[in-house]
Amino acid sequence: MLRSLLLSALLVAAAGAQETPQAFVGASLYPITGPPIESGTLVIHDGKIVALGPAPAVQIPADAVQHDVSGSVVLPGFVDTHSHAGSVEGGDGSGPMHPDARALDSINVRDARIQKAQAGGITTANIMPGSGHLLSGQTLYVKHRDSKVIDDLLIRQADGSLAYGVKMANGTNSRKDPPFPGSRAKSAAIVRERFLEAIAYRDKVTQAAGEADELPPRDLGLETLGEILAGERVVHFHTHRHDDILTVLRLADEFDFKVVLQHVSDGWAVADEIAASPQVLGASLILIDSPGGKLEAKDNQLPTGAILEQAGVVTGFHTDDPITDSRLFNRMAALAVRAGMSREGALYGLTMAGARMLGLEERIGSLQVGKDADLVVLSGDPLSVYTQVLQTWVDGTKVFDRSDPQDRLYAEGGFGASHDQGHILHGIAQGEHE
Amino acid sequence: MTRRQRLAALVAGIASSGAAFGQIAVTGATVHTAAGEPLENAVVVIEDGKISQVGPASEIEIPDGFRTMTAAVVTPGLIDARSTIGLSGYLNQEHDQDQIEASAPMQPELRAIDAYNPREALVEWVRGYGVTTVHTGHAPRSLVSGQTAVIKTRGLTVEEAVVKPLAMIAATVGDGARERGNKAPGTRAKMAAMLRAELIKTREYLDRRSAEDEDEHPDRDLRLEALGEVLEGNVPLLVTAQRTQDILTVLRIREEFDIPVVLDGVAEAYDVLDQIRDAGVSVIVHPTMMRAQGETENLSFETAARLRDAGIPMALQGGYESYVPKSRLVLFEAGVAAAHGLGFDDALRSITINAARVLGVDDRIGSIEVGKDGDIALYDGDPFEYSTHCVAVIIEGEVVSEEVR
Repeated sequence: MLRSLLLSALLVAAAGAQETPQAFVGASLYPITGPPIESGTLVIHDGKIVALGPAPAVQIPADAVQHDVSGSVVLPGFVDTHSHAGSVEGGDGSGPMHPDARALDSINVRDARIQKAQAGGITTANIMPGSGHLLSGQTLYVKHRDSKVIDDLLIRQADGSLAYGVKMANGTNSRKDPPFPGSRAKSAAIVRERFLEAIAYRDKVTQAAGEADELPPRDLGLETLGEILAGERVVHFHTHRHDDILTVLRLADEFDFKVVLQHVSDGWAVADEIAASPQVLGASLILIDSPGGKLEAKDNQLPTGAILEQAGVVTGFHTDDPITDSRLFNRMAALAVRAGMSREGALYGLTMAGARMLGLEERIGSLQVGKDADLVVLSGDPLSVYTQVLQTWVDGTKVFDRSDPQDRLYAEGGFGASHDQGHILHGIAQGEHE
Repeated sequence: MTRRQRLAALVAGIASSGAAFGQIAVTGATVHTAAGEPLENAVVVIEDGKISQVGPASEIEIPDGFRTMTAAVVTPGLIDARSTIGLSGYLNQEHDQDQIEASAPMQPELRAIDAYNPREALVEWVRGYGVTTVHTGHAPRSLVSGQTAVIKTRGLTVEEAVVKPLAMIAATVGDGARERGNKAPGTRAKMAAMLRAELIKTREYLDRRSAEDEDEHPDRDLRLEALGEVLEGNVPLLVTAQRTQDILTVLRIREEFDIPVVLDGVAEAYDVLDQIRDAGVSVIVHPTMMRAQGETENLSFETAARLRDAGIPMALQGGYESYVPKSRLVLFEAGVAAAHGLGFDDALRSITINAARVLGVDDRIGSIEVGKDGDIALYDGDPFEYSTHCVAVIIEGEVVSEEVR
């Protein structure tokens, strides 16, 4: 009890949440987990949502700061399941698998891409190393709070541990000269051998039953793989081609790990297989403006969102920033709607679907009492090209305001809008980030 | 797109290209002509491939036997003012990448028409969204990369499709033109020096070619002949320049040699608007959603609007992409520009009539007016809205796409 009290105190401190309640009045509220509320009222306090509903049904606390947002639309903050903001790195060229390498230790928080993500209404992101390895490292789930240090962006689980996943990849990006695999079969074999090694390590630890002299030497990588085997850590698997997607399902079945399918360009071709896999938490799509540019992704197409939705797959989206711009994240969902996905499904895909894929569905992804006060205030229809993000709030703190000149610079671009973005361009040229 | 879909598209292309001239009437709840105010409930009649009548449905008599089509919104066929598709293919493998020849930094003799593949999937792709004309050719990323052409997005041969075989000569000043290793040009100053030296050499070539004594005429030189078209004012030099310093370098060289120049890219144009306007050059602004990094890190969604406000002739483009997406859709780029200050009307003009003017083909295309080519795009709503579909595309009276995109 004391521990959880301490933790919640820490969380509030980290969020810098307002002690005074804030009431948003007059907007259309899109709770995502329920139908839109016209002219609703939303109240937040201490970084959490404390009330929402039609205006007459919500009592605004007497001391609340009122925000008249009439005519605008309020949604839960968007969740980006796959971003490379902060020049994030994982493992190096010394080997194909780096479960010991942490995104935590590599992210440059001053990267303007984080401000641009705020300008796009993204409040939570899974920042991942690239796809040039079978396993490039641990990812990091972050809240896009305002800060100059990574520590303030972290998301902690109920037990105080950090929230993150592991990035894996198959297909062509991780095929290289030795020590990397040179073929698809070899790629799968290396992964299977390493997981078998992790099982043996785990069993040794179990058999030691806490006896120090019986324990194997600590191995950071095998510890992480052990967490995957135990279902404590989600694998974010970069995969494009239909056969590679099925290989992911086969591996997930063999080692019973939880997996989020990332990109899934050919997901339309194997939608039923994806839907039938008990290991798959969801599929996160990137939709692009034309086919091709990358051979194994040449059949990436807009209808995939609709096809996966109809197959019953939890379907979300990601920016793969810098592949697509975080400021235009809602566009991804809108393009899915253009090709047949339901509006409800697409908005769910920007919010709750991502929350579920990160295992954070109890805290974020919808407007519900008790959830984190992560909000995006839009000028209109969330799926219209003409709509602007007006404000973004994280844990009850405003992190983006379009009426602020500096924030507007990030939203529109201009001189100085892209500071500290790092050298990701070279990665794109090598095709390693998609 | 599946293999089957591509095959079907190819077969459809073969089947429909048999009809040389279309007889068709298109009714739109709204017709944006790009030549005045939009018309409500209006009809566009295309006869023998050319627009023969435009006006309110009540005043137009559709000739017997004409095919009729209807749509919520009708626009002129869209023009992508700067692309590389047809030279660059969607597979992005060595065999379908002809937009850059890396053997030398200046090769103005390279003709776009010798490299354009009209059956490239990306051509069919952009057409499906309403793009009926592309200004395509050699890419940025080389000091002088080669020629461009204006081409209709139909036909099985470049001869059928081409509108203007030599539209511009493509050049780049800035990081894109930097050669690796110890090859020249390795610096910005060297780029300008090489370009100036080549223009001087070309002028000398032209002078010798026009000498009265035929014995003094030089041997034909394809490279100098091509650049000679620029010096003689017949063909603009299309120069990609993103930073302010590079834009000003281009204007400096333009003034020195008194050559026609079209600026391309101009990510930082907002800081040199006066200089661009005073030089009287047109601009083909970078794709609105181009990645902001490297020398384009300061680009703005609002640059197109700023250029418009400054009175600078401006068109939008799909541009060149080396990776994913392999081509951008100028329709989508214009939509985002429309939402970021440019507004609907100017955004549409920047991919229709204003693009046609920048390319010097506004006598034939770019607006729905009697006598112009029957190039029309049909949409089920605001063409810029994310969830609107392009429902049909007509080029010179021929229905080239009826797929809902």
